Amino acid sequence: MGGFFSAIGDVVTNEVTYSGAMRFAALLAFAAIGETIAEKAGTLNISLEGMVLGGAFAGALGMHLTESVSVGLVFATVIGTVVASVQANMSHRLTANQFVVGLALNTLVLGIASFLNTSIQPVSKAAHRFAIKPLSELPLIGDAFFNQPWPLYLVYPMIPAAWWLLYRTRWGLEVRAVGENPQSADVSGIDVNKRRRQSIYIAGLTSGLGGGYLVLGQIGRFEDAVVGGQGFIAIAAVIFGGWTMRGVIGGCLLFGTVNSFRLTLPTVGHELNSELLSAAPFVVTIVTVTFFAHRTREPRALAQPFVRGLT
Amino acid sequence: MSDQQTPQAAAGDSGTDPTASGRSATAPSRLHEAAVAAAMYLGCIVVALFASALIVWATGGSWQAVFSALLDGSLRAPGRWGETIGIAIPLVVVALGTAINGRAGVVNIGQEGQVMMGTAFATYVGVRLGGPGPVVIVCLLIVGALAGAMWAGIASWLLYWRRVPEVLTTLLLITVASQATGYALKVDWLLLAPFREDRSVRNQVSEQLEADTRLPLIDIWGNDFPISAFAVVLMAVIVFLLFKRSVWGFRMRMLGRNARTAQRAGVSTVKYGTTAMLISGACAGLAGALMLSGGDFGNYRFTPGFANNIGWEGLLVALVARSHPVGIVVVAFSFAGLRAGSGFLAATGVEREISQVVLALLVLALLVPPAILFIRERRRALSATRDRT
Repeated sequence: MGGFFSAIGDVVTNEVTYSGAMRFAALLAFAAIGETIAEKAGTLNISLEGMVLGGAFAGALGMHLTESVSVGLVFATVIGTVVASVQANMSHRLTANQFVVGLALNTLVLGIASFLNTSIQPVSKAAHRFAIKPLSELPLIGDAFFNQPWPLYLVYPMIPAAWWLLYRTRWGLEVRAVGENPQSADVSGIDVNKRRRQSIYIAGLTSGLGGGYLVLGQIGRFEDAVVGGQGFIAIAAVIFGGWTMRGVIGGCLLFGTVNSFRLTLPTVGHELNSELLSAAPFVVTIVTVTFFAHRTREPRALAQPFVRGLT
Repeated sequence: MSDQQTPQAAAGDSGTDPTASGRSATAPSRLHEAAVAAAMYLGCIVVALFASALIVWATGGSWQAVFSALLDGSLRAPGRWGETIGIAIPLVVVALGTAINGRAGVVNIGQEGQVMMGTAFATYVGVRLGGPGPVVIVCLLIVGALAGAMWAGIASWLLYWRRVPEVLTTLLLITVASQATGYALKVDWLLLAPFREDRSVRNQVSEQLEADTRLPLIDIWGNDFPISAFAVVLMAVIVFLLFKRSVWGFRMRMLGRNARTAQRAGVSTVKYGTTAMLISGACAGLAGALMLSGGDFGNYRFTPGFANNIGWEGLLVALVARSHPVGIVVVAFSFAGLRAGSGFLAATGVEREISQVVLALLVLALLVPPAILFIRERRRALSATRDRT
């Protein structure tokens, strides 16, 4: 037990932990910001994983074709939105079951990405680090927040922007109304399914960008297992955060930190079982959601399709 | 009743049945309706296959070769439809379980993890428990089912205890199951086979099942498949009868369609929801045990990649077949054919991931016709009420 605590102590005082946590948390935040908006509108968007994966592959492909990180990121957002358009139109125009669409999309994107990956084999590399000077000198956390690959910084302005969109615009009000009570929203003249489709497009945009960041800012190259369930953890972060922007970002930071612990523990010289460590973020997610999520209330029409005149 | 299921009802939503109220005198004949539906399904399948052919063509492969390899590998080559049946068995079992919780309106998308847990526990029993072969087989299947039920039970327990969404827990428990079984395969007091000459190079591998603890194979014209195929068909019939004829099935369906009405009518959400979840997990675990003792997967050995997406595919089978037992058997057989056929793709020079693409495109395509039919039905109902008022 003493060994365990000294291990935790070593990790907590290590700068690498924080910058690793920030990198993981940034990916989760990219995806979770969009997912928050989609869930506020009433879609439990399982295809988030597929959107991130599609974005990741598109980012690598864009880099392969033009050798430019920015173009790769643009590719990533475009493909993320394309995946989102399938989800949006099938679940909120045709009113097919959103879970089926999401699961099929995840399989489809994984299939296409790994198929194209073996036949094209895109070459990409990570973007350079960019230090924001005076701030990056801060002890312990300076490196984590302000000395990262530059695509990571895109997430900072996105958080207040998404909050403003959701809580300070008419569109955001309508989105929230649609997720709480679609019947009333419909009666007051809001096109329910249109708002839901738009919110899914935003989820596709941000999580596509997240996928692009994952490949071009963090890892440097595309592999089939590059996302590895982090899209699902982003969904968990949204539920953990109780559908508020503040809570969601907190959830992303927490899950990112747990993920980073897994990588830092061996490097500071502590031997721990790798399977149990890999399962740790998922177990921690389940446990924290169990003990904190019940205090909040989900959007009332979450995961319920809307057809005018029905119920 | 089940042929009128709307997408909403299949999703477990509290929708009323629109077809009952909206049928007007001008509604076209049943035959015409059926023909339109069949044509729509056919059209969508063709579109999906066309799209996958396009992907193959765009990357410089030959789509004729791919389709003929898929057909060879699933049906045409000697002995291959036995293989297809062998793969279809776990798919049907997983899908039948999923159909039950789908009816009850509880979402379980963690079958993959439940399959893994079922297989792991079944392996432990099958390898460690001595005694006469048939007894071991029965124990192995029961323990597999219990392990799957336990894994799904965690999710339903958290759902009814703390209102944790079951979509999330079942999903996250997949990874936990995969890591836990991976760990069990690393230590020799759990599943790792003791080191011997014949053990393969891989580290994480379990002991092989003894010859007398394997399911007997049946040989028809050179196609051998495990005897469990018949049991699985029987299971589908039982589930069908449960849905159609039993009070229990009716209550499940009531709960799925409208939880509040069900509760007013005295159906306990917790009791029936938990039962549905446990059965669904047990089916997934049983599927894992059947995979292990049937021999079509992993050659009677448990390895980290053993589940091989069977759980996910079984889930898709149930969703595509809209929880209908007969549909499940048909869809499972075609999905199994696709998987068996992908083994023959190497000769064509096209990556075998293309079979995943074909599968996903088919699933998406099969979602479209029922949705369009539903919307048509709604429009007709709305116009009928408009005429009356």
